Amino acid sequence: MSAALETKGLCKSFGALTVANGIDFRLERGARHALIGPNGAGKTTFVNLVTGALSPSAGRILLGDSDVTLLPQAQRVKRGLARTFQINTLFRGLSVLENVCLAIGERLDVAGDMHRPAGSNRTLMDEAYDALETLGLADDALRPVRELAYGRQRLVELAVSLALKPKVLLLDEPAAGVPSPESSVIIDIIESLPADIALLIIEHDMDLVFRLAKRITVLVQGEILVEGTPQEIAADPRVREVYLGEGAHR
Amino acid sequence: MTAALDASPPAAAVNALARRHRLRPLEALPWLAATAAFFVFPDYLPLGAQILINILFALSVDLILGYAGIATLGQAAFFGAGAYTAGLLAAHGWGEPISGLVIAGLVAGIIGLLSGAVILRTRSLTLLMLTLMIAVMLQEAANKAGSITGGADGLQGMSVWQVLGLFRFDLFGRTAYLYCLALLFLGWLAARQLVHSPFGRSLTGIRENEARMHAIGSPVFRRRLVIYAISAVMAGVAGALLAQTTQFVALEVLSFERSGSVLIMLIIGGVGRLYGAFIGVPLYMIAQDRFAQADPVYWDFWIGLLLIIVVLFARTGVLGLFEQLLRRWSPRR
Repeated sequence: MSAALETKGLCKSFGALTVANGIDFRLERGARHALIGPNGAGKTTFVNLVTGALSPSAGRILLGDSDVTLLPQAQRVKRGLARTFQINTLFRGLSVLENVCLAIGERLDVAGDMHRPAGSNRTLMDEAYDALETLGLADDALRPVRELAYGRQRLVELAVSLALKPKVLLLDEPAAGVPSPESSVIIDIIESLPADIALLIIEHDMDLVFRLAKRITVLVQGEILVEGTPQEIAADPRVREVYLGEGAHR
Repeated sequence: MTAALDASPPAAAVNALARRHRLRPLEALPWLAATAAFFVFPDYLPLGAQILINILFALSVDLILGYAGIATLGQAAFFGAGAYTAGLLAAHGWGEPISGLVIAGLVAGIIGLLSGAVILRTRSLTLLMLTLMIAVMLQEAANKAGSITGGADGLQGMSVWQVLGLFRFDLFGRTAYLYCLALLFLGWLAARQLVHSPFGRSLTGIRENEARMHAIGSPVFRRRLVIYAISAVMAGVAGALLAQTTQFVALEVLSFERSGSVLIMLIIGGVGRLYGAFIGVPLYMIAQDRFAQADPVYWDFWIGLLLIIVVLFARTGVLGLFEQLLRRWSPRR
């Protein structure tokens, strides 16, 4: 069976700087997979290549059975690929409810409609509201996102992507910048996501990675250093050297 | 009906969103004022018609700037294209005004579509410069094609027929005023429906965060191009109204000054609020008219002073200030 997401020989260079160098990566269906690596390893570049925000210098990207290497971002989203951003990338001036409504509208292909008021689509708004209730955001439904605390905004970030009902979800440091009590809320939500969504979690926080991931890929300088189970990765001396705890050796 | 009997009551938040597009009594105000002005100021109808035309023009800018976040300094390209189209039609034997407006709108829309397909691939300052360049190029082309457009002397010899075959354009500007008012009303209806539609909401999404719109699967380029073309049509109709009601077209309709002043009028009123144009344009043009009479030499100075005051004390325009005050006085929060 084909993977949920696969890259073959994925390369990206900016001039002389190579940020992705022949990445062969497989994300299985329903996977709980983490991508880790030191700063500047090319993790976010990898996400941008996969989603289509950047186009690769070489290599192929497969989503399920279809080659999406040349497809624009929006088309990949329509095929079930969604992402969250490391830094909140939201419609800050719009209400929380509307942030989610926009995503649902695009998923249902009604967002280009000019003839009816947006407010007449009750089913869409009810679905958005239900989604907010699930994530504990209902009380803030009408508040503009910019008025929310950062941790709450982080939840909206998730809510918008989940509203797309993706098959593959790329979570770019989902709990980044969130104080720990609130980050556990985010981790709980990620843990309770439906099992058929393939998750790729790009993360710095090792506790979070070991709690969520069943497989881990380590990226160093645009190349895959090693891939394995959390135990294998934790035990791997090369990983310890480049990433896990340089301090542990000294 | 059965929904009301549902176990869980519809959420208040959803209701609020569902109600947003409903007409409010306050929205009748501009139309009452415009109708009253017709009777109260019969001597000022030509100025009134200019104001109505510029409101429509400013509304076209609001659609792209206020909703889609596309800043433009070249909206006069479409205004002028519409004006010359209507002018040339009327000067060459087709003076029927309504079809003239339709054709002018189409021509402007096509120019918007073609130029937008090229320049909307860019963003922010680059885009701002390109919008300006399109207008400059069109103005220079109109200047060069003097045998057709009349060049710097302006297009003369227009003969506009009666509106609907019934109403002559009279010396006092009564027909012109009501004609412009009717077209502004139609333009406002269209714009209002558009901004409250899912399409319009997705434009605000593009304005708020384009990267996220891509990430939720929105065809951002297409949406921007469509609203750019629609806005061009509206600007073209405004230009055509000016040509038909004044029976004259000068190169000025394509000028940077026209692009710039409409932007200023919109900013004074408030951007992205649909009604900013209805406040900013009359304020600016009436002030201009008053200042010009009180101080025929230095009136530009007073306009400048007014602008500085508005920008300093009402950054989000007069409407924005109004909203702030309303929020402060409202009992909840």
